[in-house]
Parts: sequence; structure tokens; C-alpha cells
Amino acid sequence: MAAISAPVLRVTRLVKAFGGVDAVRDVSFTVDAGELVALIGPNGAGKTTCFNLLNGQMRPDAGTIELSGMRIDGLPARVIARRGVARTFQVAATFASMTVRENVQVALLARAGAQGSIALRAPAAFGAEADALLARVGMIKLGNEGCATLAYGDAKRVELAVAIAAAPRLLLMDEPTAGMSPRSRTRLMEVAASLAKKERIAALFTEHDMDMVFGFADRIIVLDRGQIIADGAPAEIRANAQVRAVYLGEEEPLSTDGTNTSKKMY
Amino acid sequence: MSTLSAGSLLAQLLTGLADASSLFVVAAGLTLIFGVTRIVNFAHGSLYMLGAYIAYSATHAFRGGVGFWGAVVVAALATGLFGAAIERLLLKRLYGAPELLQLMATFGVVLIVRDATLSLWGAEDLLGPRAPGLKGAIEVMGRAIPAYDFFLLALGPVVLLALWLVLARTRFGMLVRAATENRVVAGALGVDERALFTAVFALGATLAGLAGALQLPREPANLGMDLGIIAEAFVVTVVGGLGSIPGAFIAALVIGLTKALCVALGTVAIGSFEIAFPKLTLVAEFVVMAIVLSVRPQGFLGAPPAMAPTTAVPDQRRLIVPPGQRALLGAAIALLLAALLPLISDEYTLVLATDVLVFALFASSLQFLMGTGGMASFGHAAYFGLGAYAAAIAVKAGWPMLGALAASPVIALVGALVFGWFCVRLSGVYLAMLTLAFAQIVWSIVFQWNDVTGGSNGLVGVWPAAALAAKPAYYWFALGCAGLALVALGWLGQSAFGYSLRGTRDSPLRAEAIGIDVRATQWRAFAFAGAFAGFAGGLYAFSKGSIAPETLALPRSVDALVMVLLGGLNALAGPLLGAAAFTWLQDTLARATEYWRAGVGVVILVLAIAFPMGIGGAVHRLLATWRR
Ligand SMILES: Nc1ncnc2c1ncn2[C@@H]1O[C@H](COP(=O)(O)OP(=O)(O)OP(=O)(O)O)[C@@H](O)[C@H]1O
Ligand SMILES: [Mg+2]
Repeated sequence: MAAISAPVLRVTRLVKAFGGVDAVRDVSFTVDAGELVALIGPNGAGKTTCFNLLNGQMRPDAGTIELSGMRIDGLPARVIARRGVARTFQVAATFASMTVRENVQVALLARAGAQGSIALRAPAAFGAEADALLARVGMIKLGNEGCATLAYGDAKRVELAVAIAAAPRLLLMDEPTAGMSPRSRTRLMEVAASLAKKERIAALFTEHDMDMVFGFADRIIVLDRGQIIADGAPAEIRANAQVRAVYLGEEEPLSTDGTNTSKKMY
Repeated sequence: MSTLSAGSLLAQLLTGLADASSLFVVAAGLTLIFGVTRIVNFAHGSLYMLGAYIAYSATHAFRGGVGFWGAVVVAALATGLFGAAIERLLLKRLYGAPELLQLMATFGVVLIVRDATLSLWGAEDLLGPRAPGLKGAIEVMGRAIPAYDFFLLALGPVVLLALWLVLARTRFGMLVRAATENRVVAGALGVDERALFTAVFALGATLAGLAGALQLPREPANLGMDLGIIAEAFVVTVVGGLGSIPGAFIAALVIGLTKALCVALGTVAIGSFEIAFPKLTLVAEFVVMAIVLSVRPQGFLGAPPAMAPTTAVPDQRRLIVPPGQRALLGAAIALLLAALLPLISDEYTLVLATDVLVFALFASSLQFLMGTGGMASFGHAAYFGLGAYAAAIAVKAGWPMLGALAASPVIALVGALVFGWFCVRLSGVYLAMLTLAFAQIVWSIVFQWNDVTGGSNGLVGVWPAAALAAKPAYYWFALGCAGLALVALGWLGQSAFGYSLRGTRDSPLRAEAIGIDVRATQWRAFAFAGAFAGFAGGLYAFSKGSIAPETLALPRSVDALVMVLLGGLNALAGPLLGAAAFTWLQDTLARATEYWRAGVGVVILVLAIAFPMGIGGAVHRLLATWRR
């Protein structure tokens, strides 16, 4: 139908429970192209579970997920990846026996549909493209380093390069700046923001650092115990009483004076 | 076509249940040990065999009334003590090791126990006594059933009940349950793990010894008992769910009944087809296992497999560097030297060198599967054997040699595609056990299909074409073939496919998230590995001129594993080094002593404990420290 006007991501009444735990309850929201949206909430709110549902790693119990107007819920993760959904993981998932560059090269090979080719020599494929992506996330100098020995923040950067190597329509970043110094955080978020703006990617990220959330997000969705309790522009969220109540006792995280960056970072 | 009378069906069922019952007693020990220590104990069958031999000697030692029953008790306790000793001296050093190494190490124990038994009791089968008081038969619906079978029939439920009481009612049982369910909790309870592990191992070994001793009135003590029972016991534990004793009981029942049904059905004609069901008994349990695991990967009552990926090697996270120019130069020089070998060596050395080439290819194909693919196979000999038999059968059917040799990778590929489809659905120990099961199926078929495979005698007269008949000529031919195949395998590892495969090993999560189909990739790798192993098998058949079922039996699979681990799982030249070292070692030992298997066993143990990264890994480390 009106696929052109459809948002890149439309989530409708999504539900997921683990045994007795309702991790995601009746969640609905949209993300448009070029939008950088933050998904926040206390530990265990269901942010990562949302991501797992969106990229097909888990099947929702109920509800629908549409990518540019096409249903993707129920599809396997690899198929959803091919449709243009890329993600990073809360605990960085990289190929440990490969170098940083090779990680990105494999992602580029997969994007080109050549992941099963026995005619292409992997270390020689897409080298220049991989370097360009690494330069973008500030990892060019560590291109030949093994992924198993990287500092945590660097591994997260590699993941971002791997994710954007897929030229996604929808980019999901689970705590992309965890383990980084405040300066690197800002730089990484600038990269993410420019990706969304220049390449019209719909980007969704979770983050515990409220400076990053309020500094970069176009819109903020607040989850609490699996339910959305607020969805709006940063100014609206800051003024929202319910959000304040949820975060109360957690060192006033909604102030932007930088005193709250010591929150749980992993 | 036989008619199925109620009487014969009942008789078969009772025998089947008696078998199931003693199989359960063995499997209960195995699953108990796994539950607590997480070690899959290959040597469990050896403990069973020891029980039978000790009982044999003990009955002769104390004659008279208590004779047999006293001997059973002595055998069970002695085996239990022996088990505790193995645990104390050996396995406790391996608790932190990757499961593959543990499995290998316990196989080292198998080899040593086997040769020790050979030297103590000799190679002859030893006919045991009949159980006093249970010598007669009981008539059931016109069939005579041995009274002893009824005794065994009761044994399984009694052991199940006894174990249940111990686990449910005693402090020891509580600790065992805590350790089985959750290691962390057990640690927090202040369990002295070392004492618990030893006690559990002793208990498991006692059960194995008991079952072995009680088998004596039905079957003479013989050297084939160890591997004979272990394959079945593995199937029972895995089908029941690793760590679950009631699961093992159910699995033993299901398998016992399936076998009994096969025998009772006899040969059935369906249309123009004739199915000889009794012949299926050897494979029945493995078929049951394949079906159960593909529907329920954790077995009947097992806990769902943990999400953490199982690693086969300690250096799985190490950076792997593609071969540079120096490596290629080294390979070229090695090839040149290898080509010059026939000019300076005698025929004996050439035969040995041909073996090295064949096994280097075989081991490399396993390394591709295990190292690059992260899938540990305990039944890789199946594909080697399929290739060897394909070539031999084709030559016997009048095919030219090259055509027959070309058939070997093709047939092995087909086999690997079929079995691999099931295997890639599992991981870790379960995967290893399923590959083992499939290898046993192939072995059983080859062993029984007299008309085509020559049965236990195998096939003779599998000679190469006249031009390649001379030893140097065949050596050069094998060098060319194996060399090309190794280059192809090396290329495969460097290809986009090879990197994707390594990606699925390193992080299945990441691989799927960038659009790689993990299972399909692994399946393809399985097929490739099978095809290359099959090609090695074809080369092997022509180099020997004859093949027998041993070509694809379990020890051959373990040989390949030892070669790979000897060389180092991630070292590119590892399998070559490993194949050369292993072939040389085996030859030297076999010429020096009758007990060469024990020698190999010792090497395996030393390797597992002292050099978990293999020769290749050790050299790599040495070079790394030396460069600094
Ligand atoms: N695979 C799983 N099995 C069982 N429960 C799960 C699973 N994944 C998440 N949960 C539960 O679902 C709830 C939501 O977890 P989730 O990881 O989505 O939270 P989160 O918002 O990402 O938290 P954090 O900020 O700590 O990362 C938690 O109660 C968690 O324990
Ligand atoms: Mg999370």
C-alpha cells in the first residue's frame, strides 16, 4: 500500500515473556529514516530484549514488526539482516580469531552476498572499503590487531563498523559507548548521528549515559518493566513526572550536569 | 517371511529387557560421572571389561558356594577402586581442559587398560561360570528363558531405585544433585569438590564393574568388551539426556525394546522388498539416537544445552594469520624434498611415507571441520572408510582405477551430506557423540553387508593401475593427489566461505546478525570435510591393496583426532606434522612391542595434559617468546 510513506520501523503491540517475567509488554513505536532515537530505562527494563525481537534473534509472543511497511517478525535473524537491519550487541560480539579489518571484510562479503564463495580470497576482498569504514569509527590504526585482544571500547567500535558495513536501513546499537572515555563517547555518538542524518538511516540506541541520550537523541522512548511509559522529544521527557519517578533513587539521572556517568556501564 | 508368534515376541522382549537392564547399569555410572565432573568418560567401557576379567579370576580364586556371587562383589569393588585411582592420578588434572581433550585423554586410558588386560589375562576369550542357583531356564509361553535373564531384568530397576534413594536421601546424594544442577551452587555450599568427584567416579566405576562381572555368565570375558559396550552406553546416556539417571533408564528401555522388536520381526517382505530386521539390531540404537537428537537435542530428560558456545581448544580465540610468502616458500621446499624421497629410501620407508601423505590429508580434513569449523567429530573415519570402500567396490566392479578413485570423495560427500544434516543441529559433546553414532552405523553396515563389502573379511585385490603398481610410482601419485587436495583445503580456509565458517565458530550470534546462515555454512563444511576424508580413504585403499572394516572403526577416528591435536588445532601445518609424528610413532612402537596401543595411549595422555595446544601450538609459542 503506502509503503513510501511508511516509517522505516513500525512496532505494534510487541509482547515477549520469559517464563513468568514479562520482558516486553505491549510495546508500540516507530522510527523514521534519518531519526536517531534513544531507548532508555533502568536495568532489566527490556531494552535488549526489544533489540533481540527486532533483529529476529528471538521470536515475539505477539505483536508485529514492520520494516518499511513489510512484516519481518518471525523471520530468522540472517534474513532480517539481509533486509537491512544491522545491530551491535550489549556484550560486543566479534570474530575473535580475526583481525579488526577481517571482521569488517567478512561483513562486507556478507553484504555482497559472497559469504559462501569459495572462489574469493577473503583477506584480499574489500580491503579499501573496510579501511574506509574503520576510519569512520576511528579504528584505522588498529586494523591489523586481533579482535580478541582489543580494549572493550575498541571492540564496540569494531562492532559499529561491522554493523554499518551492511549499509543498513535500520541500525540498532545496544550501549554503543560502554567502556569508553567521555571524549570517545561523544565522538562515537557524533559518528552515529551523522550516519543517521547523512545516510538517512533509522537508528535506535540504548544508553545509560544520560549526557549522550539528551545530547544526541532526536527522540527518546522510555521503557520500564517492559512497558513504554514515555515517548517524545528530549525536552518532553525531561519534564515527564512518571519518568522522573522511575529514575528516582538512581542519582537523578535526568540532570545533564554529567554527575551520573558512573552508572552501570556494561 | 516369518510369522510373529506371541511366544517368540515375548521371549525376545524378555531378552531385550535383560540386555537393557545391564546396559542401564553401565550407562547410569557414565551419566552420573558426566553430571558431576562434566567428563565424558570413554574409559567407562574399559571399567566394564575389567569387571568381567576380575570376576573371572575371582571365581577361580574362591571356589565353593559363595564363589560367583562373592567374585561379583569383589570385581565391582576392585573396579571402583581402580576408577578412583584413575580419577586421582589423571582426570583431576583435566577438569579445566576443553572437553575434546578430556574425551581424548580417557581414550588414552582405554588403550592402556586394553593392553594391560591383554598382558595380564591373554588374548583368549575366557569362559565364565554360570551363576549358582540361576542355571536353569524358566518356561514362558512355550519358550525357555534363562533364569539368569530374569535376575538381570530385576537388576536395572533395583539399581535405579538404589541410586534414587542415595541421591534423594543422603548428604552425598544432595551434593551430587547440587553439583549436577549447578556448579556454582555446589561451590557455595562448601562442597569439597575433589573428594566429591573422586567418590562419584568410584561409584560410577563400581557400577560399570558390577555390570561387567554380571555379564560373565552370558558372554566370555574378551578384549572387545570395552569398545563394544561404550558405544552403546554413550547412546543411552545421550538419548536419555547427559547427567540424567532416569533418562538413561528410559533410553535403555526404548533401545532394548527396539532391538528386541527387530529380532522378533525377522525378515519381512514388503512388496518385492525384503527387510531383514534382525540385521538392523546393530544399528537400531544409533538410528534411535539420531531420531531422538534431531527432535530433542538434549535427549529425553537432559537440561537444554547451555547457550555458551563450547570451545574445542584453548587457543580458539587466538588470532589466525593467513600464510605469508615465507610459509608458501617453506611448503614448496617441503614438497620438493618429499618428491626426492624415493631416490634415497627403501620400499619400507616409502610405504610409511605414503601412509603419512594419506593421513595428513585425512587429518587436515578433520582439522578443517574442527579447527576452522569448530565442530568436533568423533566419527570422521566414517567418511575415510566410505571413500575407501567406494573405491574398492568400484574397482571390483570393473571400473578403471582413476574412475574408482574419483568415486571415493563423491560417495563420502553424499554420506557427509546426509549425516551432517543431523549433526550441525547440535554442538559440543552432543555433536561429537552423534558423529560417533553415525560412524558406528556405517561400520555396522559395512561389517554385515557380506555381498558387497565382504563383511568382516573386507575386500582384497584393490590394486592401482599397472603404471602405478611400483611403490615409488604410487608414492609420487599419492604425493601429487594429497598435495593438490591439501592446497585446495588451504584455499578453502582462506576463501570467503572459510572465513564465514570461522565466523560461525567464533560467534554464531554475530554471524547470523550479518546475514550468514550458520547451519547451512556448517553443513557445507561438514560435506567438504567428508569429501576430502573420502579422497584420503580412496588413496589409502589403493596403497594397501585391501580394506577391512577396521578402516572405518572407532580407533581410526581417534587416530585422526590425535594427529590433529598432536599437530595443534590452529596450526596450518599441524595435521602434516601430526600425521608424520603419529605414523612414525605407531610404526616404531608396533615394531618394538606387542603393547604398542598402550604406548599410543601414554602419548595421548602426555599430550592432553602437558601440550594441550599440540606440537604446532608449542612451536608457535616458542617462536613467539623467542622473537621477543
Ligand atoms: N534469554 C532470557 N531468558 C530469560 N530471561 C531473560 C532473557 N533475556 C532477558 N531476560 C529477562 O528479561 C528482562 C529484561 O531484560 P533485558 O536484558 O531486555 O533488559 P535491559 O533493559 O537490556 O537491561 P540492561 O540495562 O541491564 O541491559 C530481565 O528481567 C531479564 O532478566
Ligand atoms: Mg540490555
